[in-house]
Amino acid sequence: MSTGMPPPRSYPAKPADVYLFGTCVLDLFDPEAGVSAAALLEREGIRVHYPPEQTCCGQPGYTSGFPEEARRVAAAQLSLFPEPWPVVVPSGSCAGMMRLNWPALFADDPQHLPAARAVGERVFELTEFLVHVCGTRLDDRGGSRKVVLHTSCTARREMGTHLTGRALLAQCAGVETAQQAREAECCGFGGTFSVRQPDISAAMAADKAEALEATGAEVLVSADAGCLLNINGTLEKRGSRLRGQHIATFLLGRLEGRS
Amino acid sequence: MTARDRILRRLRSAGVEALPPPVLPAAFRVGGALPGEAPVDALRRNLEGAQAVVVDARAGDWRAELARICAARGVRSLLLPPGFALAPWPEGPALRRFDRPIEEFKTSLFEDTDAGLTVAGCAIADTGTLVHADPAGQPRTLSLVPPIHFCLLDPRRLHGSLADAIAAEGWAAPMPSNLVFVSGPSKTADIQQTLAYGAHGPKELYVLLAEAPAGPGE
Amino acid sequence: MQSALNFHRDARAVVGNPVLRAGFRGAMDFLMAKRAAQFPDEGAFAELRAAGEAIRRYSLARLPDLLEQLERNLTANGIRVHWAETPEEACALIIEITAKAGGKLVVKGKSMVSEEVELNHALAGAGIDALESDMGEYIVQLAGERPSHIIMPAIHKTKEEIARLFAEKVPGVDYTDSVDALIQIGRRVLRDKFRETKVGLSGVNVAVAETGTLCLVENEGNGRMCTTVPEVHVAITGIEKVVEKLAHVPPLMTLLTRSATGQAVTTYFNWISGPRRPGELDGPREVHLVLVDNGRSGAYADPRFRATLQCIRCGACMNHCPVYTRIGGHAYGTTYPGPIGKIISPHLLGLEATAPLVTASSLCGACGEVCPVKIPIPDLLIRLRQQSQGNAASPLIPGAGAGRKRLMATAMGLWSRLYGDPGLYRLFAWVATRFRFLAPSRQGAWTDSRAPLKPAARTLGERMADRR
Repeated sequence: MSTGMPPPRSYPAKPADVYLFGTCVLDLFDPEAGVSAAALLEREGIRVHYPPEQTCCGQPGYTSGFPEEARRVAAAQLSLFPEPWPVVVPSGSCAGMMRLNWPALFADDPQHLPAARAVGERVFELTEFLVHVCGTRLDDRGGSRKVVLHTSCTARREMGTHLTGRALLAQCAGVETAQQAREAECCGFGGTFSVRQPDISAAMAADKAEALEATGAEVLVSADAGCLLNINGTLEKRGSRLRGQHIATFLLGRLEGRS
Repeated sequence: MTARDRILRRLRSAGVEALPPPVLPAAFRVGGALPGEAPVDALRRNLEGAQAVVVDARAGDWRAELARICAARGVRSLLLPPGFALAPWPEGPALRRFDRPIEEFKTSLFEDTDAGLTVAGCAIADTGTLVHADPAGQPRTLSLVPPIHFCLLDPRRLHGSLADAIAAEGWAAPMPSNLVFVSGPSKTADIQQTLAYGAHGPKELYVLLAEAPAGPGE
Repeated sequence: MQSALNFHRDARAVVGNPVLRAGFRGAMDFLMAKRAAQFPDEGAFAELRAAGEAIRRYSLARLPDLLEQLERNLTANGIRVHWAETPEEACALIIEITAKAGGKLVVKGKSMVSEEVELNHALAGAGIDALESDMGEYIVQLAGERPSHIIMPAIHKTKEEIARLFAEKVPGVDYTDSVDALIQIGRRVLRDKFRETKVGLSGVNVAVAETGTLCLVENEGNGRMCTTVPEVHVAITGIEKVVEKLAHVPPLMTLLTRSATGQAVTTYFNWISGPRRPGELDGPREVHLVLVDNGRSGAYADPRFRATLQCIRCGACMNHCPVYTRIGGHAYGTTYPGPIGKIISPHLLGLEATAPLVTASSLCGACGEVCPVKIPIPDLLIRLRQQSQGNAASPLIPGAGAGRKRLMATAMGLWSRLYGDPGLYRLFAWVATRFRFLAPSRQGAWTDSRAPLKPAARTLGERMADRR
């Protein structure tokens, strides 16, 4: 589905249990975001189950033209979610991979296709889940902060998660959300694109960093760990004071009066 | 085997299954355009938005309006469609008729014709478009080569949309050799996105609304 | 032969050129805003593009029948139809038509297919001059360059550059950077040529099978000049450009002009259904149509890549592409730049010549989102990456595997083994976090513009295990 939003999905009632799929990027580079996501879900009275064998959704191989390699990785996740609970993913592009692209990845693999579809249908991006399934009400205890939101392209275009991210920030009374120029434009990450087309990727990342800095925001918030790696790396190299934080970490900090 | 046969054979060998005919949105079905706006108002709004000048001469004499604009714009020679009677012609530029094949007067057409006059066969309101569907009565270059284009339009010949015009005009039986839709003066934005008029065709377009403007006659 | 093999070098040159960067950025912002203003209502846009897609898919499903019907009706209308499998055949046909008419000059309206078959080069080889008459194309030809955008060919040039070019190349012209004055110079030069030439050439935006009609949209009037004033009009187009009925034309053309330049309608919409008839005083004596395959029937054979033939050449995908915005059109090295170019050039030129294009996308999806006929460009790019890496089950595109590099394939193999084996991955992640102080400060291309990546002290898996 790369021509715009799929038809609106219907959301289940708030469950007692969910699985958390932490993603490979959070596992190695930003575990705090994963732990914060679990805490936000638990605040809703939900038990969070984290299958320890999980690794990666397979997106890097899939988007680089290595479907066999991607299938092997994705297939290793399919048996980790046996109960009919929702699978919450604190990263828009990984959630999109599982929900929208697994069926294509396994289209010619009858052994795994049913499971890929069944799990994929239960996948929710974190902010989408908090807003549409939990009906979260945030009790903001943080001070006055100006923040700017960045949403990954696929998450925005395939799942509309910029809206749910914005909705959660809007619940924080002390948070002023700044608007960046060309908000919908890609930050230049694109997985292996960042190293296979380094000049173009760097130019895109530099423009994104500039647009974010120009808002005067104190914090950049995003529900997408891949974009954050790229944007934070670029901001740091530029010597910028601005840094990005995963939205789960940021929101939990607001509730606890830290961020 | 010819290139044609090989191409068609390759396409056929793909074995593509037929699909049901497309369903067109309401706005592209007959009568579906322009909710709420009078067609002549929409026509005027759209033409003016494209830098054309619309003169409503329904209450007065379109010939006088034409002569007035010719005088104001310094038009010295006006080219008329074949057999077109412009009488009475109060006073104004020299009148000529497009009554010979273009080859016989290309130089004068390109070099010393200030303006051309056409009669639109009909028009389309929702895009502000003048339709010329009769290349024998309205030679193609009359609306193209002279720097100023005057177009007479009977507003009773107005369709809501192109879809309406296609359905109502019966062009397809058989198609005219050339059907031209004109929605403003010639323009280009090819230099730094800056709009400039009179790129290759007329720099100015005047649309004169008149009921039953004298048709081909004499 | 066109190729994208210098893509990285040429893209880097533009990325490092602030004037070009600012020019493209300004132009793309302009075009995006103009388009957005034409589609204020998302629901209406969705309905319209669904119709656009349906019309194109319906037409393609009947393509061979419609081409025969088109040929029959064009012939009945007095238009001669020619078929070309290759660029060479297309050029030879046009050279023959021109020679027969005694023409030494072909004045051209805008035609991307003529660029695709490199017609100007072939004509020159036959001693025939080709003159571009679209203002942008004229400027680009005068500069000895190629179009950098399919709708706005001279988008890479500033008015000052064009002013210098005219002063240098057009006899009797002094430097002026007034856009109006520059356009009037072009008008004057080209009018003489419209009058003089025996042969005019044009593209086709859509051909209607049931009536035998060629439809052309334009704003300048040069297309009408080329198709009206000379004795002979030659139209050239790809075999995919046909629809069944006149009623299919309005939705497609409004999608085209709104998506391309943000216009509800262009100044001229020109329907040609035959040469001058008895009793008519102008118009060409002969009209020809050259139908070009050049790889299209190959794309047609693949159920997924068939969607590339839905394209109506509006250019919205490039206007909205963050990659095109950074590098412009020339770096691609192919007739069709931008996202659509990335998915059709491999069919036209093979993957050997186009492999670098396939990786030149972050898959952000902006192209698929704006495409007026819903071509799933990002999905097709992923499939092309599989073909380029030699990993597709049934490769139909010439040159499968041309983009495969051993380093990349090895890295992907390692990644797959590591992340496909939870036990092995846990071990790797433990080592990576415990020895994170060993993370190198230079990490290939990543650290050219970014701080190095450094793993956290403990993995998420470990921290979640602690919480239980």
